[in-house]
Amino acid sequence: MLDTPLQLVAGLADGLLPPVVLGVTALTLLVIDTVRPDEASLALLSGVSAAGSLVAFGVAAALLAGGVDPTTVYGGAVMLDGTSLYFTLVFASVTALVSVASYDYLRGQDYSGEFYALVLFSATGMSLMAAANSLATAFVALELTSLPSYALVAFLKQNEGSSEAGLKYFLVGAVSSAVLVFGISLVYAATGALTFGAVAEGLTTADDLVGIVGLGVVMIAGGMAFKTAAVPFHFWAPEAYEGAPAPVSAFLSSASKAAGFALAFRVFVGAFPLDVLVPMGIDWVLIFQVLAVVTMTLGNFAAATQENVKRMLAYSSIGHAGYALIGLAALSADGPNGAVLGASMAHLFVYGFMNTGAFLFVAMVEHWGVGRTFEDYNGLATRAPMASVAMTVFMFSLAGLPPFGGFFSKYALFYAAVDSGFWWLAAVGAVNSALSLFYYSRVVRALWIEEPAVDLSLGRRPVGLYVAVVGAALGTLLLLPAFGPVVETAQTVAATLF
Amino acid sequence: MVHVILEALMTVTAAAALVTFLVPDEYAGRAAAAFSALPLVGSLLLWAGFDGRGNALVDGEIAFETTAPWLTLGGYEVSWHVGLDGVSLPLVVLTAVLTTLAIVSAWSAIDERQSQFYGLVLFMETTLIGVFVALDFLLWFVFWEAVLVPMYLLIGVWGGPRRKYAAIKFFVYTNVASLAMFIGFVALVLAAPVQTFDLPAVAAALRNEQISALLGLSPDALRTAAFAVMFAGFAVKVPVVPFHTWLPDAHVEAPSPVSVLLAGVLLKMGTYALLRYNFTMLPEAAAALAVPIAAVAVLSVLYGAMLALAQEDLKRIVAYSSVSSMGYVILGLVAYTLYGVGGATFQMVAHGLISGLMFMAVGVIYHSTHTRMVGDMSGMADRMPVTTGILVAGAFGYMGLPLMAGFAGEFFVFVGSFASTTLPFAPVFTATAMFGIVVVAGYLLLAMQRTLFGPFRLDTDYEVHEAPLRDTVPLAVLLLCIVALGVAPDLLFGMIKDAVVPILQGGGL
Repeated sequence: MLDTPLQLVAGLADGLLPPVVLGVTALTLLVIDTVRPDEASLALLSGVSAAGSLVAFGVAAALLAGGVDPTTVYGGAVMLDGTSLYFTLVFASVTALVSVASYDYLRGQDYSGEFYALVLFSATGMSLMAAANSLATAFVALELTSLPSYALVAFLKQNEGSSEAGLKYFLVGAVSSAVLVFGISLVYAATGALTFGAVAEGLTTADDLVGIVGLGVVMIAGGMAFKTAAVPFHFWAPEAYEGAPAPVSAFLSSASKAAGFALAFRVFVGAFPLDVLVPMGIDWVLIFQVLAVVTMTLGNFAAATQENVKRMLAYSSIGHAGYALIGLAALSADGPNGAVLGASMAHLFVYGFMNTGAFLFVAMVEHWGVGRTFEDYNGLATRAPMASVAMTVFMFSLAGLPPFGGFFSKYALFYAAVDSGFWWLAAVGAVNSALSLFYYSRVVRALWIEEPAVDLSLGRRPVGLYVAVVGAALGTLLLLPAFGPVVETAQTVAATLF
Repeated sequence: MVHVILEALMTVTAAAALVTFLVPDEYAGRAAAAFSALPLVGSLLLWAGFDGRGNALVDGEIAFETTAPWLTLGGYEVSWHVGLDGVSLPLVVLTAVLTTLAIVSAWSAIDERQSQFYGLVLFMETTLIGVFVALDFLLWFVFWEAVLVPMYLLIGVWGGPRRKYAAIKFFVYTNVASLAMFIGFVALVLAAPVQTFDLPAVAAALRNEQISALLGLSPDALRTAAFAVMFAGFAVKVPVVPFHTWLPDAHVEAPSPVSVLLAGVLLKMGTYALLRYNFTMLPEAAAALAVPIAAVAVLSVLYGAMLALAQEDLKRIVAYSSVSSMGYVILGLVAYTLYGVGGATFQMVAHGLISGLMFMAVGVIYHSTHTRMVGDMSGMADRMPVTTGILVAGAFGYMGLPLMAGFAGEFFVFVGSFASTTLPFAPVFTATAMFGIVVVAGYLLLAMQRTLFGPFRLDTDYEVHEAPLRDTVPLAVLLLCIVALGVAPDLLFGMIKDAVVPILQGGGL
């Protein structure tokens, strides 16, 4: 039942346009790099990359605002609905910020054309992950996201840390891909289907294969845990984020993580419905409850003991994966599931801005050559007040302090958990969130309160990084008054998944 | 009805903060003072045009009200709802007056990173106004917490030698308290038959006792538990003994202009919130817990005064005496009579002005002598007659000299609490608290006698002259306000009474 070409084109207009825009932008970047392979084209590359992401953002926003009927194309392999468009907004905004910021970071580096192309290819993969409607598409899209990101982490190939991080990331990634594909094959063996709807249907008659299905579900959950940097597949994250160029860390810890969640939401809600699996004895919500609690707690405590700001942010991003997992952990057969999942999606949206901004600030500090520990950050506010204000906004917003976007997104998430009857998940989240203020405020204290080193001087102001950091800060601030439409959209589109 | 005047006031103040942040250091102080005149004039215009009646939370006519839907969280409406009544307007004016004076007094006191300092002060003014005008819980909470960020930095960057410790202690104490209070109030909202965080709506539901059981707690138990948790949360801010230990550290380390705002306005956030939430929304729980609350209040009065008596540092003396004065406010609130609650509200303003004056005067003396230790100096009146004259006048205001604001505030509180019917043993509590005045008079007179009078002596060997006009004028302005409110308390007390009466009709007069 292949679609005719005409239907395919119609599919594009219906909602596959954003990933196509991202993919075409990536190809354009390669062409530009071939035609003008000199350093002068850096601004052009950066501009095209940012513009492509913004166009994808605009298209997705316009389609979302126009209202979408969920439709499938390519024989049911890809689903075009609000959820895929919503997540594309997250990926596109992060990609745009990273593209602008990389302009300064890549100055004097070779292969900047490849860098931008890889970022955009990876973003294309993310956008497809959010639209996957079949286990096969899911796997292919995940690999399309992952393969460029391995190369990106190792981009500074003369730098030991970067190469090491790339290798570690690749090895863990390869293992978890193997686990994921094994899980997919088990589920296929039990149900004979790959598209989510068919898998769900097949499971209703798979009573005698509970063991195989159960193992498959656990393995798929493991594959998701890798992509979202959740326990127990989180080991790669601190290494990769610390070793990678900071804009890449920003990209991975915000966009790539959100893509993992997008896919996890789709697979588990679409292919493994609770009302079918729970009677079989496969209560996957339990897995995510354990993962959520352990991930947020471990991420938080590990973050509190770091001396290196980038590593602290890496662990904090693990902690935030724990919060977002509440979106799956607080589901129940008859609860307000759309609200829970939507709240988690809204948190990922806000997180996209505040976490990207924080890593880009680290990128700026690396650009200045100041150093990486909290102590090296001492007194930066005396030299770069605007950037420090932005970083303060990111830190307090990540901690969930009320004047910023992160407050409402956490509140909505914890409230949704309480409302579904999982008050203990919300309680663990709230306690962790309160504790997190400790290490986030350390950055603020270093920036503003500690005395700068006598010889602290920063050199010139990186324009691209400044624009990206201030843009992310404005986003974080504006998401406080503008949180309403974000969470309402997220909960509406999430409700259609069930 | 839509007024935009409060929004305009806050936008102008926020814009002023942003511009000040970018002004070069040399001009920042003058620019900030000029900018802060805008919200000052604005707040005085609000006062002149005030047309509110009754209490904003209890069916009152709210002045300058705006309501606009903001978002829906889990089925609960959150709105941009701001407005003023007779309780909040005096505090908005107090905020504007003290901010401008603190900025002028900072011209001498602050000499590094000035644009950042003044920018943060103006930003804090914006958030403080937000706290007093917000009539939606989440909106209010956003402003309530937003105040902490500039205050944390103001203490941490421009403070004394132990500023880092003091700043983080302030930040952690008040944040933990806010979290407790937040959970307590949200639990009440979840149990109440409302789908909104709008404070008047929630207050109406709670005062009508329409509340269901939640998480295994019966309505009565929930009400009492929420009251206790919220009281503890706000008590840290006030502060009430035994939650007061962050205060002396914060005050001693903060630069004088920041102390002025901390004592003058930030402490009032706590008592204002107690009045708005605990005592307006949960009168039965307040009555049930009246004895322990009154005991805490009297303890704060006496213990705070005793601690002040034992200090050698002028700033610590004033800081601890704030603990003592805020005890009177709590006593007035728990008395639950017109003069008790009204007097407590009046005392918030009076104490804001008087403690502001005291901290400012101590700051001026410190700037000349580089010491605040009582034992290091004597006879300052010889060299700085104007400053010390105003300081002495302010101290008498603190002691409750008639015709000064402090007298009116304390007198109202005592009259009200003596006559209380909700508070058992009210005369005993009142009489014990009144003894605090004796101690206050004792330590203030003693400290003044040792430092201001007698032959001139200064151990730090600085040349001491009369302070320049830019230091003494703010002091004089504050003194004028204090005397004006003392001579004619009805300038404010009229509207305060009008806003307090509706609260009490739920719980007896």
